[in-house]
Amino acid sequence: MTEEIKADMELDLKGLLCPLPMVRVSQNITKVPVGGIIKAVATDPGSLADIPSWAKSTGNEVLKTEKVEKDLIFYIKRLK
Amino acid sequence: MEDKKKKLSMVVLSGDMDKLIAAFSIASGAAAINMDVTMFFTFWGLRAIKKPVKTGKGFFGRMVGLMYGGDIRKAGPSKFNFYGLGRWMFNKMMASKGVMSIVESRNLALELGVRMYPCQMSMDVMEIDKKDFIDEAEDSVGVGFFISEALESQITLFI
Repeated sequence: MTEEIKADMELDLKGLLCPLPMVRVSQNITKVPVGGIIKAVATDPGSLADIPSWAKSTGNEVLKTEKVEKDLIFYIKRLK
Repeated sequence: MEDKKKKLSMVVLSGDMDKLIAAFSIASGAAAINMDVTMFFTFWGLRAIKKPVKTGKGFFGRMVGLMYGGDIRKAGPSKFNFYGLGRWMFNKMMASKGVMSIVESRNLALELGVRMYPCQMSMDVMEIDKKDFIDEAEDSVGVGFFISEALESQITLFI
């Protein structure tokens, strides 16, 4: 049922707190090509709200969010 | 990203640690969503972009420099400061939770391209010179500049 999403880049955002998870995603999004995907792993529960909001405001897309124990895994697609 | 960047303009009057951290976090967050961010530091807020140097020319100016000297690291919380004990305590609590220090949050904002302007009138009143500011600070401006920036901004804040 779950299709594996292939990421072009992995970001370790564990332990980082607001506003850093979102800032790091924004600093790295231009390092993948348009259509490319970043897999970001955060632990800050605030990022559950912040990263989708960042994506909405910047016109990018969060394809999927997973929770594995304490890790929050975001698959973020660069749309422009 | 060809469309015109949205803007955030902020007046930072406070020199309190908690308010400055909030101001820098908001600034960095806005920069991260690709906004153009300007911060205007006035009165107590000037300390946020100062170097740790003595300021003041006349007697009163030097007294202000003495009593309100130092740089951003001297900023204490707006409540529970207790002559610096609160600052020490909050710094410890923040560090143990992995929250950025006040200096790091300012530098992150600068790194993300946030522009920081000192207010000339406050500099005159408090006898703070251009050379007393960190190198990253922009040249001093007045309220006219802020208003023209604010007019083009989608978000304006006063902290």
